Amino acid sequence: MPEREQIKREAPARKEAETVEEVPAGSEKGEKLKAEMDDLLDEIDEVLESNSEDFVRGYVQKGGQ
Amino acid sequence: MAIRKVCGVETEYGIVLRGGGESNPIAASSLLINAYVSSLQRNVGWDFEDESPGTDARGFQAEGSMPPEVETHLVNAVLTNGARYYVDHAHPECSTPECSDAREVAVWDRAAEQILVQSMAAAGAILPAGQELVVHKNNSDGKGNSYGCHENYLMDRAVPFSRIVNGIMPFFVTRQLFTGAGKVGTEAVGLTTSDVPFQLSSRADFFEEEVGLETTLKRPLVNTRDEPHCDAQKYRRLHVIVGDANMSEVATYLKVGTTAIVLAMIEDDELQRDLSLMNPVAALRRVSYDLSLGLVLDLADHTRMTALDLQWQYLGYAKKWAESRGLESVGEEVGADVLQRWEATLEALETDPASLATTVDWVAKRSLLSAYAERDGLAWDSPKLKALDLQYHDLRPGRCLAARLGLERISSDDEVARAVTEPPTTTRAYFRGKCLQRFASSIVAANWDSLVFDIGGDPLRRVPMMEPLKGTAAMVDDLLDSCATPAELLDRLGA
Repeated sequence: MPEREQIKREAPARKEAETVEEVPAGSEKGEKLKAEMDDLLDEIDEVLESNSEDFVRGYVQKGGQ
Repeated sequence: MAIRKVCGVETEYGIVLRGGGESNPIAASSLLINAYVSSLQRNVGWDFEDESPGTDARGFQAEGSMPPEVETHLVNAVLTNGARYYVDHAHPECSTPECSDAREVAVWDRAAEQILVQSMAAAGAILPAGQELVVHKNNSDGKGNSYGCHENYLMDRAVPFSRIVNGIMPFFVTRQLFTGAGKVGTEAVGLTTSDVPFQLSSRADFFEEEVGLETTLKRPLVNTRDEPHCDAQKYRRLHVIVGDANMSEVATYLKVGTTAIVLAMIEDDELQRDLSLMNPVAALRRVSYDLSLGLVLDLADHTRMTALDLQWQYLGYAKKWAESRGLESVGEEVGADVLQRWEATLEALETDPASLATTVDWVAKRSLLSAYAERDGLAWDSPKLKALDLQYHDLRPGRCLAARLGLERISSDDEVARAVTEPPTTTRAYFRGKCLQRFASSIVAANWDSLVFDIGGDPLRRVPMMEPLKGTAAMVDDLLDSCATPAELLDRLGA
């Protein structure tokens, strides 16, 4: 998440922070994740409502609790 | 000593009739539930005698604040798994049976989803060709209309309500870090998607008060409805309206599990410090809008902390509490697991939030939408992203996007299939469910705290169930096995 600020601060009442495993961009793992996400997006394209924008516009609920 | 945190969730689902022109949501909800109930060929009505939703936990009946309508003419069924399935405020609503721990809630909440899925199928068999009822497990329509996923927790009546309010409010403001279902844009008055492209919680936009009785207007962070549905001298039921409906089972599990722990800790008066926020209502939204998770909040004692810091505080106290008091009140095994997962989740939020894409709904939704936006060059105000957001919560098996993201499961499919018809064995829901399975034709009404039998000839006979932990399998299996008829059961119970 690019916008996450990396602020170093003392978090109260917690254990020592574990070392973070960074995934450098372009690494094998990163590429694999991207390929998986691309496949997922293709899959989702197939199940998306064809008229999704109209559906969103027409989606009106009565307020509840 | 904290009492057992008997708990459950009640979810109002979004509903639309497609292909049928303008539809009335009450009629649509009724059709949906009737279709399901008819498919079971069994229908026991709800008994409203003990309902008093206008009673306030602060000790008075609210003036000028109407209790929710008791819509006795609407569909209202009690299921053999101990759940209640009904029409409320123009939505289909399903309340899980009383559960004895967070894991059971996750299982029976998933079972409730299955009940809605089966209802859509049953309705589909009745509706004219080209029409379809579609149900979403979400919290708003994106146009300012919200509906809830409420939680309930059993509390000791002896605990002062003000201690509960003070102790739990900062927790409610900050737990959305891992319980938020995520939402594109905002429905807060005066803000647009350019102000809030994406937020953690789908429900945070709708809270305007700190404490109060309302659930549909001026919603409060801590709701004071005092309707225990059990022995009111001994217990209260804390009615929590601030949560999101979760698609992630782990999120439901953590939401209920961590809240039960914090409430038990408050009951034991072991929350070591007053963590009250200077302005909790504003903080709820600000935390929801802060995707950096770095926003610093002002506490009433003039110290400052991030939402994550506050969660670390609660976790630290909870671990100490668990060491000194044990975890019996939240279930030993489940309590220990919740503490571990809670800590791992906070660590991940601090170091790599994206790693929570299989457990935390807002992270799962956001990574999907971000990837989609990147591929297609979409801005956050694109209707396409709103459509994806909506469809994340679509309960139709083929359409549900959440179901395609590899979300981690707590339950197994078999367990959920069983929970559609079988009650938990650990609470009075067991007695309710088993009586309905065996003697439905003699039960004329049911409620959380009673069953009313008609065995012919005699006046109706009411079996009170004022203790949520009585009526468990261990307590009543032998009795039920030894009774061939409801008359025998009533005689043995002395009802």
